[in-house]
Amino acid sequence: MRATDCADPLMEIIDVEKHYKRLRAVDGVSLAIWRGSCFGLLGPNGAGKTTLIEVIEDIIAPTAGTILYKGERRAAQFRQEVGIMFQQTALLSFLTVAETLETFSRLYDTTEPVARLMKRCHLGEVKNQLNDKISGGQKQRLLLALALLNRPELVFLDEPSTGLDPQARRNLWEIIKSVKSQGRTIVLTTHYMEEAEKLCDDIAIMDQGRIIARGAPQDLIRTHCKRATLSVPKDQFPQKIDIRHGFCRERGNRIQIRTENVNAVVGQLLSNGVDMRGVNVKTPTLEDVFLKLTGRSLRE
Amino acid sequence: MRFKRLWAIFNTRNREFFRDREAFGWNFLFPFLIILGFGVIFKGDYLSPFKVGVFPVPHTVSVAQSIDNLPDSFTAFKAIAWVGVENRIHGVEKLKHHKIDLLVEAGTQPVRYWVSDSSPSGAIVERLLKEALAPPDSGDRFEKKDIQGLQIRYIDWLFPGILGMNMMFSALYGVGWVVVRYRKNGVLKRLKATPLTAFEYLSAQLLSRIFLLMFTLVVVWLGCNLILDFKIYGCLTNLFVVFLAGSACMTALGLVIASRGTSEEFANGILNFICWPMMFLSEVWFSIEGAPAWLKTSAKIFPLTHVLTAARKVMNEGQGLLAVMPELGILATMTLTFLLVGAALFSWNK
Repeated sequence: MRATDCADPLMEIIDVEKHYKRLRAVDGVSLAIWRGSCFGLLGPNGAGKTTLIEVIEDIIAPTAGTILYKGERRAAQFRQEVGIMFQQTALLSFLTVAETLETFSRLYDTTEPVARLMKRCHLGEVKNQLNDKISGGQKQRLLLALALLNRPELVFLDEPSTGLDPQARRNLWEIIKSVKSQGRTIVLTTHYMEEAEKLCDDIAIMDQGRIIARGAPQDLIRTHCKRATLSVPKDQFPQKIDIRHGFCRERGNRIQIRTENVNAVVGQLLSNGVDMRGVNVKTPTLEDVFLKLTGRSLRE
Repeated sequence: MRFKRLWAIFNTRNREFFRDREAFGWNFLFPFLIILGFGVIFKGDYLSPFKVGVFPVPHTVSVAQSIDNLPDSFTAFKAIAWVGVENRIHGVEKLKHHKIDLLVEAGTQPVRYWVSDSSPSGAIVERLLKEALAPPDSGDRFEKKDIQGLQIRYIDWLFPGILGMNMMFSALYGVGWVVVRYRKNGVLKRLKATPLTAFEYLSAQLLSRIFLLMFTLVVVWLGCNLILDFKIYGCLTNLFVVFLAGSACMTALGLVIASRGTSEEFANGILNFICWPMMFLSEVWFSIEGAPAWLKTSAKIFPLTHVLTAARKVMNEGQGLLAVMPELGILATMTLTFLLVGAALFSWNK
């Protein structure tokens, strides 16, 4: 999608490149980030996601290309209006959680009250603890709180839940969902498919510095992975059935049927007396899309 | 520039300093211990620069009992420390390793002695011994005059040097090394993501370090003065101005070192490369008065040289601000240059 296709883009990234000597970390990327959307950037390690996001954040300078915020080149006001949660950040030593938030709040013109933000990010219990004494989940919530401190219009979250246990990850998702519900624009990079599917409205898949696919999660799945897989126990599978809308193959003690028309195959199985309680249906996921497009799994 | 942002970073840096109890304690303890140590060593006297070994001197016998074959004018010489040695072999070994400058055999007439040809101190002591044994007919060839007015103890001369050295280490490592560490672990990148400008950040670092240096200086000064009772001939306010200018200059130099790089090891190497020559050539420990002219000229590139020259003029000579204006001018110029270079080179994440 070209940036010019967007009706009301908050950010436009036009033909952006970032080179490190011979390596093209970002290789001619163009995209638009819609106002109020949650845009997900997916890609394997080394795909160039963090480089691209840091170029968009104005942390590193692009080798070539143009980046527009609200239709203009980024100015000093950009820093007042964006919140950033980096993938790896150390916090200031010897400060408590509350002091850290208060220090950062003095760097902005407009900020959320620190007490309210701590409550929202579930940091009340650790507000008087030093930054290096809090757990990984608490640290991620503090970093998220720092990103939300200035009531940003645009929030960048670079792999926000990496290294968290499932419970902590879900807690973080709830906070991100509440940010999204306030109509703020979110740019998210992640390794977790479930995270992308739950949070993002719009996804770009990146590999080797390029955007190789773009769209809503379900659109991407529909476009790139049409086939679902039904798995039937071998002893229940009728001997003389001819599956008209799919391909069958034997996998251990089960028969797998790959099909684009699940309803037709299920109807055919039912009419042949197959007990559906033993049948599994696996619909394609973003992981399958990713695997198909890049030939690699997301965490490689 | 927003003062609110500068103040936030200034306060944060100060908080970090005061809460890091180990570093905080060491910042005070280090200069205090050095000054106290040297104060005890040099109290009221100076360390004997020459060492003369005497043998055979068993452990049970004092050296004084064994040197009756030497003239009083030589044995009473305060610049000589006497070292008892059990036998000649041990004595010669010490001589070879420059642990002593001359070796004398007790009770011999004529006096039998050994000296190393490669030891400059040995040559001087040998000359002293020879002249004590056979004094030349001096006649009216010289007339001794006593120093009039101020007589400065070595510890009074050393004190500003130690304070300056502490200031140098604290400014360079407290800014140079710390900022590089912040860059490496991403703290600077996090700050870059805010509206804070590089100028505001660097100014806050500079002001915070100056404040901390002056605070440390005053505390160390008061503590040491209570114990060692330093003689200060000049005005304390003038001295404060000199050290303030020195703090600013040294911190600004730290900002140049901190302007780039993410390797603490490399920063450490650079800091050592700057600190060690500065410490020796800026006359922290000893004067380089007799050194070659090029070395004395080279020493002037170091800010510490000008800080100590000015501080000693005020402390030891009782001179006023007007007399130290050249040094203050040089320090101000250096500060401005370092600040401009540091700001031009500064990167949040490279």
